Amino acid sequence: MNIVIASGKGGTGKTTIATNLTLSLKNAVYLDCDVEEPDGHLFLRPVVEQTKTASRLLPEINYEKCNFCGRCSEICQFHALTVLPGQVILFEEMCHSCGVCAYYCPLGAIREKEQPMGIIRNGYVSPDGSGFLEGRLNIGEMMAGPLIQQVKAMADPKKINILDAPPGTACSMVEVVRGADYCLLVTEPTPFGLHDLKLAVNVLRVMQCPFAVVENKAMEHNDLIVQFCQTEKIPLLMKIPFDRRLAEAYSRGEPAVRIFPHLKREFRLLFRKIELQLQTGNLVIENSGELSDRVNNSSLKAVEWQTLSPERNGNSDGK
Amino acid sequence: MGNNHTPCKQIVVVSGKGGTGKTTLAASLSVLTAKRVMADADVDAADLHILLKPQLQNSYPYVGGKKAFIDSFRCTQCGICEEYCRFDAIQDYRVDPLACEGCGFCMQLCPQQAIDFREVVSGFYHEGLIDGGKFVDAVLRPGEGNSGKLVSQVKKRAAALAESTELEWLIVDGPPGIGCPVNASLTGVDLAVMVTEPTVSGLHDLERLVQLIHRFRIPAGVVINKADLNDVICSQIESFAENEQLPLLGKIPFDETVVTALLEEKIITEFPDCPAAREIVQIYQNINTFFEIKTGN
Repeated sequence: MNIVIASGKGGTGKTTIATNLTLSLKNAVYLDCDVEEPDGHLFLRPVVEQTKTASRLLPEINYEKCNFCGRCSEICQFHALTVLPGQVILFEEMCHSCGVCAYYCPLGAIREKEQPMGIIRNGYVSPDGSGFLEGRLNIGEMMAGPLIQQVKAMADPKKINILDAPPGTACSMVEVVRGADYCLLVTEPTPFGLHDLKLAVNVLRVMQCPFAVVENKAMEHNDLIVQFCQTEKIPLLMKIPFDRRLAEAYSRGEPAVRIFPHLKREFRLLFRKIELQLQTGNLVIENSGELSDRVNNSSLKAVEWQTLSPERNGNSDGK
Repeated sequence: MGNNHTPCKQIVVVSGKGGTGKTTLAASLSVLTAKRVMADADVDAADLHILLKPQLQNSYPYVGGKKAFIDSFRCTQCGICEEYCRFDAIQDYRVDPLACEGCGFCMQLCPQQAIDFREVVSGFYHEGLIDGGKFVDAVLRPGEGNSGKLVSQVKKRAAALAESTELEWLIVDGPPGIGCPVNASLTGVDLAVMVTEPTVSGLHDLERLVQLIHRFRIPAGVVINKADLNDVICSQIESFAENEQLPLLGKIPFDETVVTALLEEKIITEFPDCPAAREIVQIYQNINTFFEIKTGN
């Protein structure tokens, strides 16, 4: 089962939700698909068992065969190849590794060779035993998509895979969501948060992926997100209040559930709600007002973290 | 063309990590510089218009590339296209437009010529008026790719506007990350302002961004937002910046007013007495000093 944690706006708490959810479940695997800026490891501090190079295919010209006819340059839709007399120039950053040039070279002078684009790290989180997978794009590499694909291909479908997506709503985010069972959108109750949430909702509706919303940094007397979710009949599964202690724990790289262990219950509850939403028909939320009413109104009210840890309030500040 | 006024000063506000405060800073610089073109290059999730409230003047369609479409009447369901597509974009003799990269392999291969390959509008970019200047941003259609190309388009339009209206500054609100849209936003800038926050991920993502900036060989400076959230990491960022010979342009304190302003869709400089606004004015002055030294040489 693949659950994506995404958000239109950056910095709303994707990694916070993804890492804490992973740590709260048995048999879960955290997959860092934000390959441009993979941060999950800073919180999970995994034991890395395997590091492998991830590559993509780039054309290589065999100058003993090439007669500079220009067919490759002509057929490449991405203008990645320029043929000059006596030389073929490849613009690596333009190449989409589609293989058209190699296939259509009349002299068979193009071979595709593997070019490293990043690394994939595989391991586990001690002592919880959660799995850890991470894609890490090389600096200067443009295409995140192929690396995201390779990370996803390593996921074990029998496990609960929590996929931490990059911010935004363009190709990389779409690549992470493709084929996923479910998506949680993390947002914050500001005009930016709401605006970008709307964009993300549109993408998920086009992709027909079931989804719900988690409101992070919630404030009293602010129902920006609640109202939007009600109007759009989108389940709001969890509300996390703004709390400086959480922000400070995050700043140090400490997962919330490690400092406030009772929060694991909240995350398990979040997961049960996801399961329930999926079981109730695996519907696309857009057309399922009834379902979202049930999720919102019945026993499934948004979790509100009224108090993080009343008995420990005194000493949980600071280190 | 032809006139000899100096080209505009181009600044891009970037951050590896999302949500560190790029748009808040860019909007404030917009107010402080007065005569400028503002460009929102975070085309995935463009928010700058919420604060700057431009008056829309023109919209243009953005053609990101071509996509394949299978004509089901001609298709004999031979399946060659599906076999060769590297992007798994074809299933059951239909093209998933969100997965299609537009390479045209299927169109070339199809023995029945049943695949139509045509340009698609992937989004729009807009041009508008703001007090004392111009504004450019873009909206990508849900799930569309090629955002790097759209970023280049937005910047090109903004630069042309700065040229034709003789505005002195071009300020670009950049996208997060270090991939294709960020690369596009960094091209041709005079100064990159990197906004980070004192968290383990803020530092980690800044380190990766700085490696990219060095490859571009563009002058850059660091702004630490919410600087007092974690003193230890804040000083780590400062010494990292020093080692990398990147000037520290400013440290914006954690300030509730920033949230208040945002909720009212106001720019933080409208609250000139708050600590965050005061520091941002200082950052603006530091940026000015950077350009004075540069032109002085």
